[in-house]
Order: sequence, then C-alpha cells, then structure tokens
Amino acid sequence: MPFTRPLIELCNGIGFQVELLGGTLARLHDLPRRWRSVAEILYQGAVQGLHVVLLVGLFIGMIVALQTGIELQRIGQQDNIGTIVAISMAREMGPFITCTILAATMGSSMAAEIGTMAVSDELAALEVLSVDRLKLLVLPRLVAIVIAAPLLTILCDSIGILGGGFVAQSQLHVSWQLYSDSAIEALRDPAHIFPLPKDLYSGLFKSGIFGVLIAVIGCSSGLRASGGALGVGRATRQAVRDSIIAIIVANYFITWMLYQS
Amino acid sequence: MSPAEDEPATVIRFRDVHKSFGAQKVLQGLSFEVQRGECLAIMGPSGTGKSVVLRHVIGLMRADSGSVEVEGQEVSRLTRQELSALRRRMGFLFQEGALINWLSVGDNVALPLRENTRMPESEIREKVQEKLALVRIPDAWEKMPSQISGGMKKRVGLARALITDPEIVLYDEPNAGLDPEISLSINELLRDVQRELHVTAVVVEHRVRCIKTVADRVLFLEQGRALLDLPPKDFFASDHPRLRQFLGVDPD
Repeated sequence: MPFTRPLIELCNGIGFQVELLGGTLARLHDLPRRWRSVAEILYQGAVQGLHVVLLVGLFIGMIVALQTGIELQRIGQQDNIGTIVAISMAREMGPFITCTILAATMGSSMAAEIGTMAVSDELAALEVLSVDRLKLLVLPRLVAIVIAAPLLTILCDSIGILGGGFVAQSQLHVSWQLYSDSAIEALRDPAHIFPLPKDLYSGLFKSGIFGVLIAVIGCSSGLRASGGALGVGRATRQAVRDSIIAIIVANYFITWMLYQS
Repeated sequence: MSPAEDEPATVIRFRDVHKSFGAQKVLQGLSFEVQRGECLAIMGPSGTGKSVVLRHVIGLMRADSGSVEVEGQEVSRLTRQELSALRRRMGFLFQEGALINWLSVGDNVALPLRENTRMPESEIREKVQEKLALVRIPDAWEKMPSQISGGMKKRVGLARALITDPEIVLYDEPNAGLDPEISLSINELLRDVQRELHVTAVVVEHRVRCIKTVADRVLFLEQGRALLDLPPKDFFASDHPRLRQFLGVDPD
C-alpha cells in the first residue's frame, strides 16, 4: 500500500508530539527555575520580532478596511466599517496573522536550535549527563510562546484596527469618531464567562492554543532531526509547514466550539 | 571491607553482541570484558563499530542480540531511572566535545550538578573550578564554545565528563581533529586523569601514540568482532598480518 508508510510516520509524529506535550506539562512545577531562559527566548522571539507583527498587523487592518469598505460603499453601508474591521481583527486576523509570523520566526528557530543540538551530539550529551531535555529545552520555549502569542495578538489587533481607521478616514470618508465608536461597540459584546469582550478573549484563547501547537511542533521537529545540516533544514521546513497547517485546522475547530451556538 | 572489595572485578562485559543499521552489520558477535581500574583501548578501521561499542555501554544504543553488562547490570533491561543512576557513575567524552553551544564553558561543566543535584551554587562553582584546573584550563569559565579551539573543547568536555566523579569514563576518539602537539597534551591529560582518579576507562582511538600513553590493554576490532585483545607491548609487537597491514597505514 503506497500510503501505509506516510500514515505510520504521521501517527508516530503525532504520538511523539502528544507525549512531548504531556511530558512538558507534567514538568510545569520546574518553571520557577526556568524564568531566565523564558525571558531570553521571549526577548529573542517576541521583542525582536515585534516590528514584523506591527507592520503586518497594520497592513492587514488596512487591507480588510479597504476590501470590505469598497463593497460597503456601493450599498451605502460604509459607516459599519469599524465594526467589521474590529471583529475581523479580534476574532480571526489578529491571532492567525500573529501566530503565522510566530511559526515562521520562533517555531523555525526552535526546530533549528534543537535540531542542531541533535545532529551535533549535544542532545546525546544531555542524555548521558541525565539532564532532562524537556525541562531544559522544551518547557521554557513552550511557556515563552504561550506568553508571547496573546500579547502580540493584542498589539496586532490594536494596530490593525488603527490601520483600518486610517483607511476608513482617508479613502472611505468615514469620520474617525464614527469608526472608533462602531469598533468599540462591536467589541463590547459581553462574554458569558469572562468579564472581557468575547471576540477579544476568544482571539486570545486561540493564539494561546496556536502558541502551544507551534512550540510542540517546533521542538519535536528539532528533537527528531538527524542527518547533519540537511536534516536541520528539513526539520525547520517541516516545523513551519506543520505549524501553519495545525494553526488553520485548530482555528476551524476553536471557532466552531466558540461560535457554533 | 572497602567498597572496591564489595564490587565485582569486571565492570563492563560484552557477550556475543550484534548490532545492525538496516542492511549494514556493524557488530557481529563482539565479546570482551573490562576490569576495574583498567584502561581498555579499542582500535580498528573506520566503520567497524568502535563508537557504537561506547554508545552501547552508556545506553544510547541497544544491541539487536547478545548482552551488555555494566557493573553487573544488563543495560538494555534497566528502567529509565536505573539507567539514569548508572549514567551518573559514568562520564563520556564525545568526539567533538558536544558542548551546549549557548552555555559558557563553566556553565557547561556545571550543568549536570545544577540540573541533577541540590548542591549550593558556591559549592558547584568550587567544584567546576577544580575540574577546570584538573584539565588545565582554570581561566576558561566565561568563554563560549564558539570562541575556543578543538583541543580546548576536548578539555571542557573532559571536565564535564568528570564533574560527577564517575567511576567509568568513556572517550570517543579524544585525538580526532587535533594537531600532534595538542594530541600529545591531551594524551598526557588522559594518563594523568587515569592515575589520579583511578577510573575504569574505555578509549576508542586509532592513534598509536595515544594508546601507548594511556592503555593497559588493546582490543582490535575487525568486521564487528574482536580480532586481537592484548597488552600494548604485545599488541604492537604482534605480527598478525591484518594488524601489520592496518598499522602500516596509521598516521602515527
């Protein structure tokens, strides 16, 4: 059967990732010793990648405003553009765009760093020294990205809404006041569980889950890397590809879970 | 009775060990023993499974068949905790040092103590400094692996292998990639470690000078089996045709 081998490899990969996630969560008690590593990974991944998220978020907000605004203008409904941009950014575009950027930056660097350790015997050295690689390598990366993803998503949402406002004012002739009022009103829809607007917390929840997926896929690709520089390249490519696929699939199911009713 | 008298004389025992990677048969019925306090050198052509032997001893690989015993325990049957406990009694010097590239020299050496013990930081620093002095790089703490030479990486790797005061030390080609002068100093260092710490050691090496300096016995591997097992003096005096052919092309 031509599909048997890839299917077995896929199942092995998912099994390894589930075990990795479970093992890492079981080691959360070790987190107080890892804050320095978490801070370093946060700085390298999130702070140094901040400008990318801000730039892309700004233009995504502008694109959403322009694309939908032109159509709304035809039917004289351009005053609702603030509502559409705010909901689009908070529910969908903010978490998705932010986490896609994180998959390409933090996820790829996790796979490359750990993969390089795997092919240069550093992981074997950790094993020989009885050093727990989940505590040392995976736990700080998982925690760092789970902190980074929602924070960057808030920034992406905010700058996207600002960008949309700029387009609404300059090209659709909607006043800033009207735009901001409709955006705030749209996000004011109270949640059933949390005292936060549902669209905002659902987006942040999504980005937290996407962060977990990126860390688990990035670290597992690195840990399973073999075959020198080519193997590291393969692991990095696989980490970014699989993270983006996982983000999209998880996005559908989380949206279904949160908005189905 | 001293602890040494409690423990069996044979520290490492291979019995009819076979190991293949796909179609490639690497070990084909290898058997040998290493006695307590002895330094065994394993020599042989590339691809005969010398490094594979070391990886079986430390539990990084499992034999397809046969048995590998360390301190009377069958390595492949140990639980993760038991293997971890056994590994704490062993040190391993990797071919390229295998230093963690984002940690400084001192932090690399301190890593096993920081991760696996509750030792106070002041004690850890003192012990690391002692091991760095033992391998003759007392001022290297702050240097990063990318800033140091190949020979220095070996010394740091050795300091890290010795930080837990192991009873067994495994050296994987300690002279690989080093010039003759640095090789000589590494060989002398291994000999001094052997004399001062009285460890049981296995050295995978194909440089004659290293073996003459550190080994008590030499095992010659050929096609995954032990072809010769002799003291260095008899080994290098042997007129075995395969050995003479091999040594005839040895870089030393």
